[in-house]
Amino acid sequence: MKIGILINEGPYTHQATDSAYLFARAAIEKGHQVSRVFFYHDGVNNSTRLTEPPQDDRHIVNRWTKLAQDHGIDLVVCVAAALRRGIKDENLAPGFRISGLGQLIEAGIQADRLVTFGD
Amino acid sequence: MLHIVNKSPLDRNSLDTCLATAQGGSLLLIEDGVYAATNDNAAAGKLKQAMGQLKVYALKPDLEARGMADRVLDGVNLVDYGGFVDLVTEHATCQSWL
Amino acid sequence: MSEGQIKKFMYVNRKAPHGTIYALESLEVVLIAAAFDQDVSLAFLDDGVYQLKKGWNTKGIEVKSFQPTYRALDDYDINKLYVEKEALEARGLTEDDMCVPVEVLSRTEIGKLMETQDIVLSF
Repeated sequence: MKIGILINEGPYTHQATDSAYLFARAAIEKGHQVSRVFFYHDGVNNSTRLTEPPQDDRHIVNRWTKLAQDHGIDLVVCVAAALRRGIKDENLAPGFRISGLGQLIEAGIQADRLVTFGD
Repeated sequence: MLHIVNKSPLDRNSLDTCLATAQGGSLLLIEDGVYAATNDNAAAGKLKQAMGQLKVYALKPDLEARGMADRVLDGVNLVDYGGFVDLVTEHATCQSWL
Repeated sequence: MSEGQIKKFMYVNRKAPHGTIYALESLEVVLIAAAFDQDVSLAFLDDGVYQLKKGWNTKGIEVKSFQPTYRALDDYDINKLYVEKEALEARGLTEDDMCVPVEVLSRTEIGKLMETQDIVLSF
């Protein structure tokens, strides 16, 4: 199945992005396709390359990048939400792209399921 | 449909509204939502009652992370992230009660 | 996108305005959704009904009021706005307090409508 994911919260403060990541990884392991992950609200904060967690902690941004690169997931960051919060192309981590909200609606139309993670 | 609740029932009303609105299907408790699925929690009664019309699941890694895996309410089915994925694909729609 | 595919999207709003940004940003999604020719409906549950309480004056908090945007939804052919009856009652509100025409439904009725959707988005 084709699965789309919506993430509404940023890293480290809320569990949402951790849950979404573990869900996405499990979906891929089961042979499903995670077609797109859309980052909205504070979720856009998952995409900054300036993120530097302590060494013994999970690197939430980098592991999204890796999962996307390994499995061809389209990581889309909402432009309006991103600009509000200081996320731009110059500080965007690899594997992410900034685009419009239409990408979320499109994910809903194209995917078989859309799962939301937030607060 | 699949209803997903991620809030503690003693902190927010997500579970209450979900139970009052849901017309059958399944309920999956994740994150802080798993506290509702534990013995002697004030919400346990509501959850028991809901089991008549909803199949109730809880995410085991979230229960374990909170030290609550040994006091899960009877009738609650435990799933891992793979089970979470199965629930999403088995139901035509899912709603996250954020 | 497969041509001509129409899905039923329901946007569920359960949060009050101003305290958090969810109300505003979900409204932005709804406006974009209008351009996709999908079947769109909005449900206001719990504190979400406060989003439609008419008479906002946001001058004192120095935030732009986005209440006019709810009134503009009709121009985008978005006119299925469902408001939870029990939520209004619990907050001392009535249909007359709403800034736009709405359909007041019980939780059970909203739950049944939810069952008929392809996509339910919650903010």
